[in-house]
Amino acid sequence: MVEAIGKGLYGLVDGFANLHWTNGVMLVVGLVLLYLAIKKDIEPVLLVPIGFGCILVNIPLAGLMDEGGFLKIIYDSGVITEVFPLLIFVGIGAMTDFGPLMENPKIFLLGAAGQFGIFLTLALALILGFTQKESVSIGIIGACDGPTAIYVSSQYAPHLLGAISVAAYSYMSLVPIIQPPIMKLLTTKEERVINMGVVRKSVSKTTKLLFPLVVTIIGGLIAPKGLILLGTVMLGNFMRECGVVSRLTRASENEIANIVTLLLGIAIGATMNGKVFITPQTLMVLALGLVAIVLDTACGVIFGKILKVVTGGKVNPLIGAAGISAYPMSARVVQKEGQKYNKKNYLLMHAMGANTGGQVGSVLAAAVMLSILRGLGVI
Amino acid sequence: MKIDNWTFGFTMVVVGMGGTLLTLWILGYCMNILKKFFPYKKEEEGN
Repeated sequence: MVEAIGKGLYGLVDGFANLHWTNGVMLVVGLVLLYLAIKKDIEPVLLVPIGFGCILVNIPLAGLMDEGGFLKIIYDSGVITEVFPLLIFVGIGAMTDFGPLMENPKIFLLGAAGQFGIFLTLALALILGFTQKESVSIGIIGACDGPTAIYVSSQYAPHLLGAISVAAYSYMSLVPIIQPPIMKLLTTKEERVINMGVVRKSVSKTTKLLFPLVVTIIGGLIAPKGLILLGTVMLGNFMRECGVVSRLTRASENEIANIVTLLLGIAIGATMNGKVFITPQTLMVLALGLVAIVLDTACGVIFGKILKVVTGGKVNPLIGAAGISAYPMSARVVQKEGQKYNKKNYLLMHAMGANTGGQVGSVLAAAVMLSILRGLGVI
Repeated sequence: MKIDNWTFGFTMVVVGMGGTLLTLWILGYCMNILKKFFPYKKEEEGN
């Protein structure tokens, strides 16, 4: 009898007895993520479920990530199968207007330059001792695109998924802090005040309708391994532009995107168990993620300078910084920085073009990368 | 195919950056062709 009571009581303190110091640290990390989301308004839609998921998975003996556990079911259903990030992509495509990009297609090149950080960071990760697949997953943080980072890392470095996701989403929201000093460092006063004029509305509805089809077919033929990334974004955009499936478009942008975002966030948080998350590797991943975005910005601005020379001074190099996929934050940063140096300069629509080019560019860069990996026989 | 890290990294950087740039250049070119075949008409405004 006494033994039974003792064992019963022990069952109530078992959780405390099994709490490892790494779980304690991650409980604090979860609380910090929630604080950043709620008080600082940093990507709350993602950081709230991630933070809460992190708290849930670091309470010992709950079994939430054991076989059959609640978080494991969500993780296996949506992350391992890659379904969650792909469904979010459909919503992203449905929300995006590629008009400013199509108005000035050479801006596509800024969308390409804005992805160079992916490949340079991949090389750096290799030098630092990460495996080839881990380096690919770390480099993709430079895509500044959460679903892309999750899609790639869940396949090729699932043990780094938590760190990569937190890095991707956190740094995306820190773009207004990360980008301006790099933009100032790499441009001259004369370049920053270049006025690019007004974006005219000169793209037909037919062109907007054919754009997602062209990108899917041509991009898919060049980089077939990444077709699923391209195809889902472009499906969403095609639904938006065709105008005859507004119910599906609205559902993709709203209900589906919201439900999947919630489940994806919880699943990512569920990978942040202290014993696997708190490693020197995690710190290196977080550092390399920052490097990736810095390199993206630098390469974008440098390419903007090249475009300025090629066009005879018509392009303001600042818009190169918007060639990343952090939409529309990066475009707003460019607008704000442009106005700092020339109050009459309205770079927003040009920067939006570069920013949407970055969205296409990030997905294409991932597709190109995966296809090269397949060609090399790594996957 | 097992390749060493140096070859892998160099290939990814050169072919990756070059491939992305080329693909987006091709897509930009296609957009210009589409705009030529399907020019914007003022009648579309307000639709």
